[in-house]
Amino acid sequence: MSAPTLPLDSTAPITQEKSGPAIVFEEVTLAFGENEVLRGVSFQLARGETKALFGVAGSGKSLILKLVMGLIRPDSGRILALGEDVTQMKEDDLFKLRGKIGMVFQESALFDSMTVRENVAYRLMEEHGIYDEDIDHRVREALRFVELEHTLDLDPAELSGGMRRRVAIARALITQPELLLYDSPTGGLDPVTSNTIVELIVKQRDVYHTSALMVTHRLQDAFTMATHQFNQQTNRMEPLPSGKHCDVPMSFLILRDGKVIFDGDLPELATTQDEYIKEYIS
Amino acid sequence: MELISPTDLAKEKIQNVQDYVLFCGQAIANLFRKPLYFADMVRQADSIGVGSLPIVVLTGFFTGAVLAVQASNTLERFGSITLVGQLVSLSMVRELGPVLTSLMVAGRNSSGMASELGSMVVTEQIDAMRALGTDPMKKLVTPRVASTVFMLFFLTIISDLLGLTGGLVIAKVLLKLDARQYWFNAWQTLVFQDVFMGLIKPVLFGFIIATVGCFFGMNARGGTQGVGRATTQAVVVASVLILFMDLLITRFLMITLAIN
Repeated sequence: MSAPTLPLDSTAPITQEKSGPAIVFEEVTLAFGENEVLRGVSFQLARGETKALFGVAGSGKSLILKLVMGLIRPDSGRILALGEDVTQMKEDDLFKLRGKIGMVFQESALFDSMTVRENVAYRLMEEHGIYDEDIDHRVREALRFVELEHTLDLDPAELSGGMRRRVAIARALITQPELLLYDSPTGGLDPVTSNTIVELIVKQRDVYHTSALMVTHRLQDAFTMATHQFNQQTNRMEPLPSGKHCDVPMSFLILRDGKVIFDGDLPELATTQDEYIKEYIS
Repeated sequence: MELISPTDLAKEKIQNVQDYVLFCGQAIANLFRKPLYFADMVRQADSIGVGSLPIVVLTGFFTGAVLAVQASNTLERFGSITLVGQLVSLSMVRELGPVLTSLMVAGRNSSGMASELGSMVVTEQIDAMRALGTDPMKKLVTPRVASTVFMLFFLTIISDLLGLTGGLVIAKVLLKLDARQYWFNAWQTLVFQDVFMGLIKPVLFGFIIATVGCFFGMNARGGTQGVGRATTQAVVVASVLILFMDLLITRFLMITLAIN
């Protein structure tokens, strides 16, 4: 893809300075009827870290993101998001917390009845009530970040799948959240468009150091993220020299049968002796 | 097909009723909590009220007309054809205006709300709204409930008037009655209790239409098939509830207002 510009405010707070992990899962269980989806899931996401979450279909990956957001409640266990216990919070308090978290949904979940401009401005409009010059400026910045400024007045139905995904990213980024959750951001997209999305995520990661939890089916996306870095000078995602690690911590978490079977970085993943994981990543 | 035990079925139905009651309570309580989405209320009022106007006008007019045709047949046997205005007036204002308008609006809007909200649920737009810090109950449900109640009240008045006009056309053209006599009879026969009964019903029915439509929409599950199911259920349940509540409220008001 062509190099995206970097229009977002570079003076934005970098979240890694804040103390404590961005996400903590402690023995979280969740079942739907007799189907136990999560069975004692525990892991942490450090501030500024990006974690890729893998697992076969139906292993509960997307549910983990919804649990972080407090969109669903676990049956037991504790979940801390940005230091706050979402399992104990009331819905009204959760709305405040969600203001600090951005989420990109699997199928974009753009509002059909609104234009791209209104979708991206949604959160700011909810806070300020009217669409003023400042909001317009920030909407254009966010859309420029995903290279879709020209789609401002289009309806979501007029966009391609990849464009919808990029608008969803712009909508999640506009308030510069402290934590980003991506639910299969490249799912169902062609390799070229997937690469565009991965580059945007890497750009967000390396420029703003925002903590991120990314659910994905595509191993190559996570490997690309672990082996590439965004170069602000050239405005492109570039491969890291052999043996050099990414400046921003990048880790992997694999779920199997409702349990975490791997939580570590790329070298640990590459040298794992677990047969299932070896087969999974081969 | 999986068989469900009668106990589980009963529990499920009771659970649904409980959820619906809580849903209604929340929709009402949100009217007194900030933020109040006034712009959304106006948009919904336009969509529900102005959008339903053609169907309400046609329903009201033809109901009044057919009522006059049917009544004239019977009244003529007793030599009381001049009372047709009275009969159309009482029937429209007390009963047919509110009920038929509500059923028409239910068919159009309960299904619309259920399908719109249901689609939003299955495409994760409701989750996205919550994730973006907005309470969907406040943003989507309460404006629809308030707008439907408000607009159905006025739609019923329009329907009543059009029904009387339909009766007038029949009285004048087919029955060769004097128009002034028709209006005089229609007007004079109405008392406060009749008008009160006719205008309290749309308030209740409007609430039923919106809450049932939104409830089934917000609880839609299972993709597009689930949305279709929610839409059908919303219309059926809203229509049956309207007719059932009509019976209850009519009997209740007849006793409390001492209407003969």
